[in-house]
Amino acid sequence: MTDTLEELMLNPVIRALFWGLVMVTAVMTVTAWTTWFERKFAGRMQSRMGPTLVGPAGLLQPLADAAKLLQKEDLIPDSADRFLFNLAPILTVGFALGVAAVVPFTPDILAADLDVGVLWLLALSGLMVFPTWLGSWASNNKYSLISAMRAVAQGISYEVPMVLAIMVPVIMTGTLSLSDIVADQVKNGWLIYRMPFTGFFAFLVFFLAGLAEANRIPFDIPEAESELVAGPTTEYTGMKFGLFYMAEYIHTLLSSAICAAVFFGGWDGPFAPGLHWMLAKSVLLFVFLTWVRWSFLRFRSDQLMDICWKYAVPATLALIPITALYTVWHGGAR
Amino acid sequence: MSDTWLAALLFFGLSTFVGASMVLIAWVLRARAKEDLPTRRLTYECGETPVGSAWVRFHPRYYLVALVFVVFDVEVAFLFPWAVDVQGAGMPGIVEVFLFVGVLLLGWVYALKKGALRWQ
Repeated sequence: MTDTLEELMLNPVIRALFWGLVMVTAVMTVTAWTTWFERKFAGRMQSRMGPTLVGPAGLLQPLADAAKLLQKEDLIPDSADRFLFNLAPILTVGFALGVAAVVPFTPDILAADLDVGVLWLLALSGLMVFPTWLGSWASNNKYSLISAMRAVAQGISYEVPMVLAIMVPVIMTGTLSLSDIVADQVKNGWLIYRMPFTGFFAFLVFFLAGLAEANRIPFDIPEAESELVAGPTTEYTGMKFGLFYMAEYIHTLLSSAICAAVFFGGWDGPFAPGLHWMLAKSVLLFVFLTWVRWSFLRFRSDQLMDICWKYAVPATLALIPITALYTVWHGGAR
Repeated sequence: MSDTWLAALLFFGLSTFVGASMVLIAWVLRARAKEDLPTRRLTYECGETPVGSAWVRFHPRYYLVALVFVVFDVEVAFLFPWAVDVQGAGMPGIVEVFLFVGVLLLGWVYALKKGALRWQ
């Protein structure tokens, strides 16, 4: 029996499908309970209880939510573009989940060890603005249109500092493969504190840009409830709304995992197995993200663009020559 | 196509399939209204009847941001091949990248001075 299984796993298609299924299921499950965690956390920060009714400590709340969303009536406005309207939520989850293909949890638990993993993840998270735009435009709703314009402007603007920030680890380790970046950190120390110390600032910018890309508070201008009803999701009901919501959580979760891998040494750590370290670091970063979300107010649209173009872009552009000069003079990692 | 690319593309297909299947399941399980009024399928504008379509022309400042973005994104695409092998390119490589980024920074200053990135 085990022999046939091993033989099956040698087939690249079956191997890929197996790891794909495992990773997709794991990420979706964690995402579901992430919403529970966030609501509980938010409740506690605001002196409330958060979900308590469904199951012990409200732990079954995500299941109840999913069941509720699946039964909702499917309303599409008469004036909407039906095809694009239905396509957008599917694509948004596809792009958000697709990033997980290259996230290295351990050297073995990795769906696709691409040698250009960094580009794959940047490409897919860059494409995330398209579903938002498609859905909002197809809704034919004025609030959605304004929020879509803001979302696209914000998404592509923060794409620039994000890409420039992740170039610092690429220069320091000399590879575009995420698993090689982590392997280099296991050998030569984490990038967050390695000389010339640009990794730390790159991490700050990357983290900020990740928040902005996922449209999380304090950067949730596209769906500013007090101005724009519900932003891109105004016309969406039921599971289609749920998919947009889920994509946001998947994106946040995976960007904390990527931060943990690229800047905090991934699976590197004493005593415990690598997977535990990787998960612990990702969860800690995610808790930090949630904490930020419930502590800060929303920026104004023009302030947001100023932060990006007048501070984040020049700052990251300065980090790259410093890192490059240091690498050439001191021989870098190898 | 190598195995890892196959795996990555299959993974992407699988994640899109997850989204599609959830929309499909929701469509099968959806509640049906007994009585359907056309007003239910108007777009939402806080209770007012919508006037005109939302598919209109929009403020050009978004276009300017997109232009600046394209400049920087193409720059980054050119920088990545150098970033992978900074040591191999050595000092000459760094000088060339400095010149390249310097020219772009001039463009950035120009856009800033012209007010392309001002939002008031």
